[in-house]
Amino acid sequence: MDPLLKIENLRIELQTRAGVAPVIDDLSFELAAGEAISFVGESGCGKSMTALSIMGLLPEGIGRVASGSIQFAGEELTTASRPRLRDLRGNDISMIFQEPMTSLNPVYTVGEQIAEVLRAHQGLSRRAAWNMAIELLDAVRIPNAKSRVSSYPFQMSGGQRQRVMIAMALACKPKILIADEPTTALDVTVQAQIFDLLRDLRRDTGTAIILITHDMGAVAEMADRVIVMYAGRKAEIGPVEQIIEHPRHPYTKGLISCVPHIHTPLTEEREELTEIPGIVPSLNDFGADSCLFASRCAWRTSDCTKARPKPVSFEGGQIADCWHAEAI
Amino acid sequence: MADPFLQVDNLSVHFALKRKGMFGAKSVLKAVDDVSFSVGRGETLAIVGESGSGKTTAALAVAQLVNAAAGSVKLDGEDVLGVQGDALRAMRERVQFIFQDPYSSLNPRRRAEDLVREPLDSLTDNTKAEKQQIVDELFAAVGLRKEQQRLFPHQFSGGQRQRIGIARALATRPEVIICDEPVSALDVAVQAQILNLLRRLQTEFGLTFLFISHDLGVVQHVSDRIAVMYMGRVVELADRLSLFNSPRHPYTKALLSAVPAVSRKDRAARQRILIPGDPPDPVNLPAGCRFASRCPHVMPICKEQEPMMQNVGTSHLTACHLTEQEEAAV
Amino acid sequence: MTMNNDPVNTPTEAPVEQARSPFAEAWSMFLRNHAAVAALGVLFLIVLGAIIGPYLYPIDPFEMVWAPFSPPGEEGFLLGTDYLGRDLLAMIINGARVSLLIGLAAAVVSVVIGVTVGALAGFYRGWVEEVLMRITEFFQVLPTLLFSMVIVALFGASLTMITFAIGIVSWTAVARITRSEFLRIRELEYVTASRAAGASPMNLMFGVILPNAMPPIIVQSALMVGSAILFEAGLSFLGLTDPNVVSWGQIIGSNRQYILDAGYTVTIPGLAIFVTVLAISLVGDGLNDALNPKLRQR
Repeated sequence: MDPLLKIENLRIELQTRAGVAPVIDDLSFELAAGEAISFVGESGCGKSMTALSIMGLLPEGIGRVASGSIQFAGEELTTASRPRLRDLRGNDISMIFQEPMTSLNPVYTVGEQIAEVLRAHQGLSRRAAWNMAIELLDAVRIPNAKSRVSSYPFQMSGGQRQRVMIAMALACKPKILIADEPTTALDVTVQAQIFDLLRDLRRDTGTAIILITHDMGAVAEMADRVIVMYAGRKAEIGPVEQIIEHPRHPYTKGLISCVPHIHTPLTEEREELTEIPGIVPSLNDFGADSCLFASRCAWRTSDCTKARPKPVSFEGGQIADCWHAEAI
Repeated sequence: MADPFLQVDNLSVHFALKRKGMFGAKSVLKAVDDVSFSVGRGETLAIVGESGSGKTTAALAVAQLVNAAAGSVKLDGEDVLGVQGDALRAMRERVQFIFQDPYSSLNPRRRAEDLVREPLDSLTDNTKAEKQQIVDELFAAVGLRKEQQRLFPHQFSGGQRQRIGIARALATRPEVIICDEPVSALDVAVQAQILNLLRRLQTEFGLTFLFISHDLGVVQHVSDRIAVMYMGRVVELADRLSLFNSPRHPYTKALLSAVPAVSRKDRAARQRILIPGDPPDPVNLPAGCRFASRCPHVMPICKEQEPMMQNVGTSHLTACHLTEQEEAAV
Repeated sequence: MTMNNDPVNTPTEAPVEQARSPFAEAWSMFLRNHAAVAALGVLFLIVLGAIIGPYLYPIDPFEMVWAPFSPPGEEGFLLGTDYLGRDLLAMIINGARVSLLIGLAAAVVSVVIGVTVGALAGFYRGWVEEVLMRITEFFQVLPTLLFSMVIVALFGASLTMITFAIGIVSWTAVARITRSEFLRIRELEYVTASRAAGASPMNLMFGVILPNAMPPIIVQSALMVGSAILFEAGLSFLGLTDPNVVSWGQIIGSNRQYILDAGYTVTIPGLAIFVTVLAISLVGDGLNDALNPKLRQR
């Protein structure tokens, strides 16, 4: 069977003042129906850009798909017409964003906004759309959905607004839900609620989830597979547990051990935090034929600056783009 | 704990809100309500809580950057809350602040060296040469190069900007530094750089830290003792191991259980405690315990009477009727 | 695995950028607005003409040099003569000095008043703000032309008084802009950071907040120079002018009866006002581009 989403050798170029920079460089992955995959990396690594390209929402005139293909259920999206993409966006692929405050229109009630989506994409009547909106709010566990449906966004808390966004994204029963840092602006207890909700929705509706995050903890909680991105390139891909257990790329290793984790039980000893020295390379250096992580890497040898590392495969589907992957 | 060096007692901060209509009553938001804690010399006390818990407001009040409604802040035994003029300047020289957002906390029109020198200009009588020498030393101490002194904030990365913020806080050789979420605005890979730097500086300069954070992982890493705040109140105060390994307050338990765990072992060991709903309206607080509406162990008394802080072990305090009853039963 | 844990020796920090001052950056942004650059050139010529013109063309603008109403170009008078037979070119050159001077001085007066009022109101809030903003509103609802006419009529039509009158009726816009900028900036974290560093209220107001509030104030003051020149022209047209000096508005005012017979006596000074004010507006627009941080990153 064809995978639900298949991305091959995708290259996205961004027009900058200094010239053209590949913000996504030779990215390939597949997403099966109902699967949860996670993109993880620092800001500017291209993880949000991937999501936008799948949605056909690259910033116009600035970003474009230079080569490669994005296939949704066998259909090529990079060459699809605008009306077709618009149609797909509401019905088959939908997205939730980091900041639920700015993603909702402040002058309409949340019910009106959800109903609007339903009417536009599913041709429901006003009445039916409104009832459906109440059902959806109930499904995302907003207490007292019947009366909350007439609330304005500012009358809701951050967590509730994110639930509304999820309700709206799920309105047309999409096959893929892209969640771009959905809990970054929320408190941990609310984050836990949202994760529970997403997990349950995935189980009940069979929606595949693409989670974009910077938090390895969120990846471990939510995803089956993970793609670690660095400077527009895939650093490592594979099953979550396996990669956390034994990362094969120094950047993945760094991402896991650079933040302090809570261990149970906690002991007097404090783990040494790994520093990833320096900063992400500038966009101008993105196209270089060398390992872009080399300048910050403790494993750097002369090979790393000579050529871009080839992917090295391990069992279980783990692939790391590093010259030293076998040794790590 | 060593002798309390920074002692905060019954601190309250109130914000007056716009009255509703012309004749409506003026409502008051009790952002910090009767909060007490103390920090020993060279120690790190973390205040942890979610948004709206009042942790940042409490920190700002201790640093006298917002006005407290009541309470006292003692620095080495001397009350410094509400002092004015020279006494305030003397206090600022000893207590400095590191801000959360390295993008908005640096004046975009000043050069890095001016930013680091500003506390020296305002608070000390050092000569120009002395100040320059201190600035040079601080740049080296936080890992910035001398030639970067002439740059403006926007020419630095987030991590480097936070280093400027730290150098600036160190300029007057303070004894206490209040760190308000110093790494939460930074990329994960950079957080470790700043956390390690803060730890090194603490030993090097013998600093006492009041560390504000919402990130329990970070808190666990940096602190000696921890105060958990909820809706303007401290609900639990304990040393690090005691708090993480045997939390007593239901909110602390829920908070700990909500943190995503990376390793499978930790995830299996964790008991998920879901707290439904949202916190109550901070302007119209219900009677009794503020956590009662979300608490899985709520009892009738919780909705009537506010629980008081009480000892539940050596240096472990909590404010909860349930633990009160458990303790009484023992 | 040994990671380099000493941040001092991190091998690959970004190379040190050149320390460009905000001024240099603003200038490079300004240069991108071609209309503004051209206007700045025109403005430069006008100012240069006003300063050195009277030395290059030393004819007394009040002296009758030829028969009245000689059209431009005839009898060796480039712009002709007015109804009293005075040299129009000499009048335009000398008038430029007065018009520009009044424009600048009036703008300075209104900026000083406006910034002070706005800064105090925005910084201290509370009753200070209430009182100052009520005063501002009072000045805002006054019919400006009438009020300035009253001032000039009461205290005499000297240059100083005219400048003052224009300044006093036009500071409210600056005050409002300054106040709103102060209200915004005083809540920013770097202001709190400066307080934590021990800055005094004076230092906060004028050392920290004001420099960051300057961009819109500068743009507004540039535009104010233009509107002050127009205002002065209006007053002179109505005869409220210092009889001992010549200004562009005054030339129009005194020749207005002859507009049908000798249109050029009105058109030429009118054109001078038009070109100058337009140039100032375009420069103001360029300043807005240059100083607006939102446009910077492009």
